[in-house]
Amino acid sequence: MSRDVDAVEWVDERLGAGRFVRRAMRYVFPEHWSFLLGEVALYAFVFLILSGTFLALFFSPDISSREIYSGPFRELAGFEVTPAFRSTAALSSTVPGGLLMRQAHHWAANVFVAAMVMHLMRVFFTGAFRRPREVIWVLGVMLLGLGIFEGFAGYSLPDDLISGMGLAIAYSVAMSLPLIGGPLAGALWGGEYPGSGVIESRLFIAHVFIVPAVMAGLIALHLALVARHHHTQFRGRGRREDNTVGNPMWPAYALRSLGLMCLVMAVIVALAALVQINPIWQWGPYELNRSSNGAQPDWYLGWLIGALRLTPGVEVRIGDLTLIPNPFWGGALFPMVVFGVALLYPFAERRLARDHRPHHLLDRPRDHPWRTAFGVAFLGWVVLVFYAGSADRVFFELGFSYEGQILVYRWLVLLVPATLFVATKKACDELRRSGARPGRGGPPVSVIRRPDGGFDAVPPTLDAGEELSPRRGP
Amino acid sequence: MRRALRAAALALAVACGGLALWSAAAGGRRAPSPPPPRATSATVAGLAERGRGLYATTCAICHGEDLRGVRGRGPSLIGAGAAAVDFYLATGRMPIEDPTDEPLRAEPQYGRRDIDALVAYVGSFGGPAIPRVDPAAGDVARGKESFTENCAGCHQVVGRGGIVTGALVPAVTDIPPRQLGEAVRVGPYLMPVFDEKRLPAAELDDVAAYLRYASDPDDRGGWGIGNIGPVPEGLVTWLIAGLALLGVVRLLGERAR
Amino acid sequence: MRAGWLAFVLGALRALVGGTAPPDARADEAHADPRRYDARPHPRAELAVAALLVLGGLLWLAFAVLIIVHADTQLLGIALAGGLACVGAALALASKRLVPQEVDVEHRDPVPPVVDAALTREVHSAGEGISRRRVLAGAAGVAGCGLVGALVAPLTALGPNLDGAPNRTPWRRGRHLVDTKGKRLRAADIAVGSFYNVLPEGDPRALEELGAPIVVVRVEPATLDLPPGRADWAPDGILAFSQICTHAGCAVSLFRYPVDEETSKPPALVCPCHYSTFDVRRAAKPVFGPAVRPLPQLPLAVDGDGFLVASGPLAGSVGPSWAGVRRAEDLR
Repeated sequence: MSRDVDAVEWVDERLGAGRFVRRAMRYVFPEHWSFLLGEVALYAFVFLILSGTFLALFFSPDISSREIYSGPFRELAGFEVTPAFRSTAALSSTVPGGLLMRQAHHWAANVFVAAMVMHLMRVFFTGAFRRPREVIWVLGVMLLGLGIFEGFAGYSLPDDLISGMGLAIAYSVAMSLPLIGGPLAGALWGGEYPGSGVIESRLFIAHVFIVPAVMAGLIALHLALVARHHHTQFRGRGRREDNTVGNPMWPAYALRSLGLMCLVMAVIVALAALVQINPIWQWGPYELNRSSNGAQPDWYLGWLIGALRLTPGVEVRIGDLTLIPNPFWGGALFPMVVFGVALLYPFAERRLARDHRPHHLLDRPRDHPWRTAFGVAFLGWVVLVFYAGSADRVFFELGFSYEGQILVYRWLVLLVPATLFVATKKACDELRRSGARPGRGGPPVSVIRRPDGGFDAVPPTLDAGEELSPRRGP
Repeated sequence: MRRALRAAALALAVACGGLALWSAAAGGRRAPSPPPPRATSATVAGLAERGRGLYATTCAICHGEDLRGVRGRGPSLIGAGAAAVDFYLATGRMPIEDPTDEPLRAEPQYGRRDIDALVAYVGSFGGPAIPRVDPAAGDVARGKESFTENCAGCHQVVGRGGIVTGALVPAVTDIPPRQLGEAVRVGPYLMPVFDEKRLPAAELDDVAAYLRYASDPDDRGGWGIGNIGPVPEGLVTWLIAGLALLGVVRLLGERAR
Repeated sequence: MRAGWLAFVLGALRALVGGTAPPDARADEAHADPRRYDARPHPRAELAVAALLVLGGLLWLAFAVLIIVHADTQLLGIALAGGLACVGAALALASKRLVPQEVDVEHRDPVPPVVDAALTREVHSAGEGISRRRVLAGAAGVAGCGLVGALVAPLTALGPNLDGAPNRTPWRRGRHLVDTKGKRLRAADIAVGSFYNVLPEGDPRALEELGAPIVVVRVEPATLDLPPGRADWAPDGILAFSQICTHAGCAVSLFRYPVDEETSKPPALVCPCHYSTFDVRRAAKPVFGPAVRPLPQLPLAVDGDGFLVASGPLAGSVGPSWAGVRRAEDLR
């Protein structure tokens, strides 16, 4: 006992941060499992930093020279490879634990973006982005965008067949930006694709330093603002707009969060141990005149390949001057619209719903049918485009003609969001009316005591919930 | 689904007298073809005679009594060659119920003896012979290079198959070397032709060696999830990692009360 | 120890399946006191946590040993993941059983506008007594613009600029076509229905230039439907096109050539990235997919020895379309 106190006193005397630390230890985390999704993303990011640091010790970001491969992969013997490819192949073979780290890094990237998307959905459908948390939301959306770019930069580095095809498409999309496209792409690649190889070192410095540093800064800001405003919470016993009810940080929550960190990393490493990802020795090195069927980007860019494939062959041009080349529609405009809507949504809802009050209590999705319907429709739109990106695999596995699918999806991207919107709105209204709780064993009942001493179960009245709910949508 | 439909309709197809026997080479499509395989011995001649009978009852309806093809049903088989006949029949791609369907691998409808007879008969009208392919003589890495350059665009770099607009492209990792050689020389359905000049026999052996490797590639990373890259990787991310992590947060996090 | 585990698993299952009341709001409930504190000892859980920690530590040690003696990816990963899982479970169990279980209430500070009046005054006090606000603001704007310019200007060192790059190609009249091994192509060797990956002869940078890789295909000469002026570009039906897709720059490496066109599809080159499909007989006019421009055609001739040779440069700009860059000749 006394030794503990001594240690604490010793540190406190030297830091003088006792009061701050005590407040931090009493910080209250409201209880709900879905509030942990953001932490999953955070810990995946931590793991990415750790595993990426290991990989950077062995990787050579150089595609400007060629050598004959002479490593342990017999299927690559005699191939002309770049140092980038050679060092990635070495990481997959001769470096002890290298392949585990490579695979863990790649799986962690896939998990990181997936966790961010789940977290974003939770925040959206519960209305956690509302005043005063709009900036937190904006930071989160920026982190998602940066995470996707970071992932793209990462899988473009090894100079294998699939990464090379991805870079060619990225170059085309960069060039398709109106007005600045050509000069921008030329500046980035050091001339016409594939350029002199400078893109590799530029992507590398972006991937291992610039983007992670910016992301770390944004994450710090994101968390600082969350702590400033305290967490949101669902309605419930003792929960009000002016308080937070839940577990204090110390000790239970801190232990649980550390446990979550270990378990997130355990899932990532277990995948890395058992499921192969991006076996570059099977793809082989990239050359300008090589390509493979079925090549795809990692899942979080699948929506862009879907958009590129769905877009009909349309360009804007005057005479022999192309103003807007085709890849712009799917590769640039589509993500700009998606991210633009995501960034602006909190402000748009504030205006349209004329709801300028601060909110610390969360909505259930049904409590705000307009928002939920819009979110489901918008998400459905993006998911459908994402799905269309794998239409070739669908053809291969199920036999539905690729061309037929594309024609159908071109219509569905218009029809599905509208249908989803109407259906979700109806479902929300119905749920609110009936008070049913799907997945939770039937509608709630109130038990009242009769004057004679017996009990009656009665359906709950809605007015209490109504009264507490914020104003409805537009 | 299409495969199932085709299988169900096969009895009907055979009862109708068999249908299209597709050739690899419509007349004139090919560069001058080598002379027909040695058809001198009496046994081969007898075989060809048997083949003529089989042809007349099953193939002629689409490819014509005179092998010159029937417009809209089946191409000419003159110059198709033994390789084409053996490939289409031994892989069950022919006979086919609807000639506008893509011929896909199926249970062969003929026994080896009947196939040999048809091969002898149609092969006697010229066209590529059945090539000899020996994976053991080939080199895996050279084969990978050749496959990447010549085949990966359609068949995927590890031979797992893919698509082209208008047709499925079959996986090629588990086919016998002989059928591989036949397909390469013949160019079935929408596949281009790779003759001796385009892909010399030694390079074909390399490709066969690579495909033997590719049927069981070096999956030192663990479960290969089909060796086709990011689509199954994304499925694993969401369906395995995503669900596992949802389970973890469900266990760790408490429900609001 | 097992009981501790069981309790944990059962509790977890209950949390998953049964669940507690949903966050249904009741006005009076919002003012109830939700605080709880529970510090009951759980001796069995303590043992379970200790065991998990020891097991996790041992697995991590095993990882350390394995990486030195036998760095097998699967074993390493199972050891590392197992250790993480054990320690993660130990921490989770400790958090739910060993340490005090507490539900507390924290007051939420109201965010502005309570403080902002004073803050606003404070911020604006900086401007007191300044008479030439506009002049100063304008001057600051000039400084800001200058700074932005100074920061951005060095970026112009990136590049070089792409002027005319899409029209550059190493192909010239008289340049021989070679396959990827450097061998010249004899026109007579090219079978109808075959395709070749081709590079310009003697070009060491062939795989670093978009304008270099070519795909050569041969079709029946009678079926050609080339635009006017290109009648002699395809000797014996041999056609050559840039291999770089005009949509997004991938290598066009799919050539479909029908055995029987009547019952299947006409010949075409197809890009594997977004499946743009180009009709080779109509000079690679796009017929499906997102590509808008045809693949630029290379006019061919046969030299005195029967080898294929270019009879001019590529007809049209190579590779993906460019915003704001002028293109050479183009066909629709």
